[in-house]
Amino acid sequence: MPSGTVDPGIETQSKAGSPTMFDSSTKWERSAKIGLRPEPFGALAYHFDTRRLVFLKSPTLVDLVDGLVDHESADAAIEAIVEPSDDRSRQAHVKALASLAEAGVIEPVTPAISFVG
Amino acid sequence: MTAIHTSLTLTPKPVRVPPLVEQLKGGLDAPICLTWELTYACNLACVHCLSSSGRRDPKELTTTEALAVVDELADLQVFYVNLGGGEPMIRKDFLDIVDHAVGRKVGVKFSTNGYYIDQQAAERFAATDLLDIQISLDGFDAATNDAVRGPGSWEAARRAMDNLAAANFGEFKISIVATRHNVAQLDDYKKMADDYGAQLRVTRLRPSGRGVDSYQDLRLTHPQQQDIFRWIMDHPDVLTGDSFFHLNALGTDTGETLPGLSMCGAGRIVCLIDPIGDVYACPFVIHDEFMAGNVRDTGGFATVWRESDLFRELRQPGAAGACASCNAYDACGGGCMAAKFFTGIPLDGPDPDCALGHADEAVAAANAAGIVPQPSQDHSRPVRLGAKPS
Amino acid sequence: MEPNTEPETAAVEEVLVEEELLVEEISIDGMCGVY
Repeated sequence: MPSGTVDPGIETQSKAGSPTMFDSSTKWERSAKIGLRPEPFGALAYHFDTRRLVFLKSPTLVDLVDGLVDHESADAAIEAIVEPSDDRSRQAHVKALASLAEAGVIEPVTPAISFVG
Repeated sequence: MTAIHTSLTLTPKPVRVPPLVEQLKGGLDAPICLTWELTYACNLACVHCLSSSGRRDPKELTTTEALAVVDELADLQVFYVNLGGGEPMIRKDFLDIVDHAVGRKVGVKFSTNGYYIDQQAAERFAATDLLDIQISLDGFDAATNDAVRGPGSWEAARRAMDNLAAANFGEFKISIVATRHNVAQLDDYKKMADDYGAQLRVTRLRPSGRGVDSYQDLRLTHPQQQDIFRWIMDHPDVLTGDSFFHLNALGTDTGETLPGLSMCGAGRIVCLIDPIGDVYACPFVIHDEFMAGNVRDTGGFATVWRESDLFRELRQPGAAGACASCNAYDACGGGCMAAKFFTGIPLDGPDPDCALGHADEAVAAANAAGIVPQPSQDHSRPVRLGAKPS
Repeated sequence: MEPNTEPETAAVEEVLVEEELLVEEISIDGMCGVY
């Protein structure tokens, strides 16, 4: 984690009750274990392993979830896709991503290991 | 279907998006999940069977037709299908249907009396992905249960649970329909489920199917309704299928509502496909009045879901009717249309089990006048149980 | 139409952000009308 980070991340409660931090400065992606179904209000996401059903209540949030993998960090994705006009909007989307991370709808991208031959 | 409004004026004003529930009431392009009764055949003859099952219907969907329905549901991205019946495991192609569904990433839960879950079946299920099992039980002890479900049914259910536990199936569900005679056993059920590592599910008895006849004997009393409301609030890890939202009136003083969407999903976000392919608004209204079409019709299930007159009607905003002046209406929504229909009272009036007693007179009057509708499909076997618990 | 003296450039969706949570979870069992 880069030093001097202003935003400490969002704390969420995991199912076990112990708080986990959502780090928006790292790269995330939509989980392969979910079904994501677009709806007029946004989308429905269903996690086939945990059987949790999540409503994404804005189409912009859906675009964000889809586009996470194309950006180096969740923060960058929010800037590029949501284009938040103020910090409230920015924070609301970080908070939404934190909830989605806790529900397993999005996952951190583990960097590929490259072998130098 | 509600879309998020965008203002076309030069000075856009903030527009409040309707709460999610209001948007769901307008219906979705596809169900979120649905119930699919695979057969009317059953080895049991429960007094309250909501589908009046017993004998197989000769017009039952063939294996080819059933697999085509699975494909349709997968294409619609229905997340989850709840298989039932009758007893779904009686169908010889049961595993084929299950395997095809999970293979196409449609989650499966099936509801069973457990009779056919021997060791081998339990192991097969434990090895199947995306599969959930729900064992039906209606009494903590054999006497209470068998009075409703028949001799030997309790033992068969317990044996199935033991087999699933031994096969390390994981967390299966034990599902109880709350009746006057078993509602005092809720703590015992919870302990049973905890001991098995299973999830407890407690649902409302509706006067559907054979339940039409047994409803007056089995329905909860008003004090029992208060007890169960409190019990469910105190046990948030117990599932209810959102079937008790008609009791939310009991929470208006304290501002409490039961967990769940607290809305009728019939024809809006869920529905029923019956063994002969008829599509009904939900499993509790197997009656011509609530039949939307058939999967064998041109355009299949998707067309029935999206274009049937019945579902279009259900997706219109409803009037509060006789409940308009009640301050609990926002919380209870007037209750369950199946419960109203099969007790012979108007659909725009209070639920027969209105927690505030607003329907008591109307129910008594309908009974006295003998105007209670009968289900449109009755596959009961000629000999029916009618034993009351001792 | 009421006159609005303040030029509002905020998109409607960002007003939504302020007024409610963007994510809501429901149990798959939390829908009435299934087994």
